[in-house]
Amino acid sequence: MDAFTSIMYLIAAICFIMALRGLSSPETARRGNFYGIAGMAIAILTTMFGPQVHNWWWILGGLAIGGAIGFVVAQRIQMTALPQLVAAFHSLVGLAAVFVALAAFYSPEAFGLLIPGTNEIRGVSLIEMSIGAAVGAYTFTGSVIAWGKLQGVISGKPLVFPFQHFVNLGIGLVLILLVVFFSIWEPGILLWLIIILALALGVLMIVPIGGADMPVVISMLNSYSGWAAAGIGFTLHNPLLIITGALVGSSGAILSYIMCKGMNRSFFNVILGGFGGEAAAGQAALADRTVKQGSAEDAAFLMSNASSVIIVPGYGMAVAQAQHALREMADLLKKQGVKVSYAIHPVAGRMPGHMNVLLAEANVPYDEVFELEDINREFAQADVAFVIGANDVTNPAAKTDSSSPIYGMPVLDVEKAKTVLFVKRSLGSGYAGVDNPLFYRDNTMMLFADAKKMVEDIVKAME
Amino acid sequence: MEEQTTDQGGQGLGGALDLIRRMGEAAQQAADTPAAQVQVPVPVPDVATTVPVVPRPAAEAALQQLLDAAHGPDFLSLLAVFVLAIFVGYYVVWHVTPALHSPLMAVTNAISSVIIVGALIAAGMAVDNVSTVFGFVSTVFGFLAVILASVNIFGGFLVTRRMLAMFRKKPR
Repeated sequence: MDAFTSIMYLIAAICFIMALRGLSSPETARRGNFYGIAGMAIAILTTMFGPQVHNWWWILGGLAIGGAIGFVVAQRIQMTALPQLVAAFHSLVGLAAVFVALAAFYSPEAFGLLIPGTNEIRGVSLIEMSIGAAVGAYTFTGSVIAWGKLQGVISGKPLVFPFQHFVNLGIGLVLILLVVFFSIWEPGILLWLIIILALALGVLMIVPIGGADMPVVISMLNSYSGWAAAGIGFTLHNPLLIITGALVGSSGAILSYIMCKGMNRSFFNVILGGFGGEAAAGQAALADRTVKQGSAEDAAFLMSNASSVIIVPGYGMAVAQAQHALREMADLLKKQGVKVSYAIHPVAGRMPGHMNVLLAEANVPYDEVFELEDINREFAQADVAFVIGANDVTNPAAKTDSSSPIYGMPVLDVEKAKTVLFVKRSLGSGYAGVDNPLFYRDNTMMLFADAKKMVEDIVKAME
Repeated sequence: MEEQTTDQGGQGLGGALDLIRRMGEAAQQAADTPAAQVQVPVPVPDVATTVPVVPRPAAEAALQQLLDAAHGPDFLSLLAVFVLAIFVGYYVVWHVTPALHSPLMAVTNAISSVIIVGALIAAGMAVDNVSTVFGFVSTVFGFLAVILASVNIFGGFLVTRRMLAMFRKKPR
């Protein structure tokens, strides 16, 4: 790589770091995104004008086709479908990594991978190539499955079969062996075998993970798409790919960690899957307890007379698309002098920060939206906690009942508010399959309805 | 606080470059030292050039072979870049506000498509290369990878832009 290319790649890498750095606050984030675009443009143009590219036709064709598809998809996508979109995008990075690895294998001379004076690829390059391809293939099928679960094409329920973990472990070990063999003997068939096994492993690993664990899965696949890029970077001796891959890889890893912590579960517990499968087992016995049920008018009255209301949105709000109606309700309350804020649990929704985006889409100012640790103390002073589409993240059993599967998970202290309004379609348990004692408390009023319809009724009652 | 963290990032990168440079020098020295012990009358090879003009004594050749086998200082400096970039990523990402975690995923997804660089090289091979079977296969794979990566690049940055445009402050 010549000096000019190296320096341009370095500048591109710095742009990418600045892009991530900009996300530390919403004010600087837009400029950050611009840095990202600039970095990518520099990287692409430098390579196109660089010594290794001789022919532009395929490139321009690919850029035009891919760019058009990407543009249309991103322009049309609904914000509620964002988690699926991100999963789908991850799968593309994975597949692209596989293709680049294959291209490098079949034309090593174009990438400068041959041992000088021979026709052989360097052993280390073979290892790097096969690892990059394997991680890419795994990311591809894993993301496709995650996409299916989020889109509802595949059941969100964990799919468990006997000896699952042993099968996966076996495939993993075979993969490692194949990488070693491939680096020694270099037959193409082994590379294909590695790719096929990694594709299978991606399916098998993600299938047993339940729908609500998808925030962890998406973050993890985000991380893997980065490691795949880094693996290809090692193969091609390209520091830009390595730096970017490492940035993305560590970003995804941190997000996975935050998500796991938000559920008080270990990463392995999530990855091994099977959680939330056996829902509603002992439900009948508990359902006899009495709950207080209210109407939209009751809710409107309670909130209009409150001095502060905290809204707790969850995935149910996203499903019902209730965010716009919710903001309307909040506006009416604010007009009446009620202080309105929003409390977001780290794992609310189907991807990290999902709720924040939906609220922002409904024009909720971001300085009214607070994270769990910033707002949890304020529930004690709040008159009304308005829980909409959330369940497990408000369950007080996580603090008191050590036998509960969600024991130890950080939860929002909604029960400390004077009144809890709980919008829900039925008394069914949440994802974790745990009954929520909050429903039966004296200060809880259940509002049984579709989230969007209920909020609209409340708005009507207020007017 | 803001300023301080920016500095950390700057140091990290500067440190990275410095370390890479030093590793390169160390590797160079390692390659030169045994040579200096064996050879007496031969002029000392110029440190600045990596390709020595002088015929190498056996010890140096053996060492060079060993380094080549391990992918040499090349692999080690790339590894250093990799590890340091993980650290940079770690510190930068912890400063991302949780409210922007969704745009973070979208933008990291877009930038990981920098893998397109590899795809461009494959898709842009010289025409006489494309006429061989393997060359053609590689070009097609490169072409497909360019499509996939550019879906991601355009889609990823655009969707990030759409998301960020929605984040507004309270009107005052």
